[in-house]
Amino acid sequence: MTYLADVAALTRKDLRVELRGRDTLPAMLLFVLATLVVFHFALPEGSGDTAAYGLLWVAIVFTALLGLARAWVPEQEHRVLDGLVLAPCDRSAIWLGKTLATLVFLLAAQAVALPVFVLFFEPLHAAALAGVVLADVGICAVGSLMAAMAAASRAREVLLPLLVLPLAIPLIVGGVGAAVSADAERFILFLLLYDAVFAVLSWASFEYVVTE
Amino acid sequence: MIRGRAVEKRYGRKRVLTGVDLAVPAGGFAVVTGPNGSGKTTLLRLLAGLAAPSRGDLVIGAERSRVGYLAHEPLVYRELSAAENLDLYGRLYRVRERRERVGMLLERFGLWDVRNERVSTYSRGMTQRLALCRTLLHDPELLVLDEPYSALDEDGAALVDRELDGLAGSRTFVVATHDPARLESLATQRVALA
Repeated sequence: MTYLADVAALTRKDLRVELRGRDTLPAMLLFVLATLVVFHFALPEGSGDTAAYGLLWVAIVFTALLGLARAWVPEQEHRVLDGLVLAPCDRSAIWLGKTLATLVFLLAAQAVALPVFVLFFEPLHAAALAGVVLADVGICAVGSLMAAMAAASRAREVLLPLLVLPLAIPLIVGGVGAAVSADAERFILFLLLYDAVFAVLSWASFEYVVTE
Repeated sequence: MIRGRAVEKRYGRKRVLTGVDLAVPAGGFAVVTGPNGSGKTTLLRLLAGLAAPSRGDLVIGAERSRVGYLAHEPLVYRELSAAENLDLYGRLYRVRERRERVGMLLERFGLWDVRNERVSTYSRGMTQRLALCRTLLHDPELLVLDEPYSALDEDGAALVDRELDGLAGSRTFVVATHDPARLESLATQRVALA
């Protein structure tokens, strides 16, 4: 219970910081909407579902990257991460709080972006939506850890995509598969497995990322 | 409380701390001095538990939850208020009667009237006062302070003097400072880094 209370306090803090600063969510929203508008005009008519779903995933991954790039900025200012690391709570709670907050921002951006996608391109069926949500969980779990690693480096803007994009490839395969394949269940199960494995790995390794 | 033998810290190939020996008993007050770049901050980070020595032995006789660390940076969120920052740390440190403790510290450090304003609107001196509140919030038994007088005006510095006077003897202190004369009356030992 104490662990969950720590996670809740840390997530609430991230949401409050964003509500005050409005640094991340408006940027994510504008980016994803602008990207979908560009794709709408760039994609030739009659290109079909597959191409549209592919472009949706490009928009989702880069919007998530934008959010992840900002994820640890409040902790970098005034070196707050040192203060959190010193606290006697389980350090993985810091990662989980950040992952949940980033997931909330990504879901909020998609709550606006997905209806726009439907308007411009194709309707989204249940399996495609499930694929999006499961991929969001995976990208936020892995991405929060990688963003913490990148934040400690001077070349963080360059490092983050280099760390996250290779790890996001299975998520894109699963997400697109869930949207276009006749055997969507197989891809949903694959995404569930990816989320479980990488969430546990990220949870267990966060402590080593934030200690010298 | 603290025992260190031949403590060394390297970052990559760069050696930032070499062969430091120190022994601070419980209730002791160690003043760390040395020129810029001599490794004062690195030593304090090791003592606070933020980093591990690359070589040598370092034993800290206090749990993580009982260490208070005042850093160069205040370690507080700019977009949160003083009360919100202290409330968060109070939760993470499991401070009993958190709200009362937070209120008492804010009043003692002259921040009560601005407790609900964002830290980004504070002056450097006010932020340093808040950092001191954060350091003392969980009533630590080992206090590791890096330049506690930094950015404080005369009133603020006098406040810190009063706090240190009140706690010296009952808590263990390791304080890095460029002004050791100010702590002369409290110091039980000096650690000079070259």
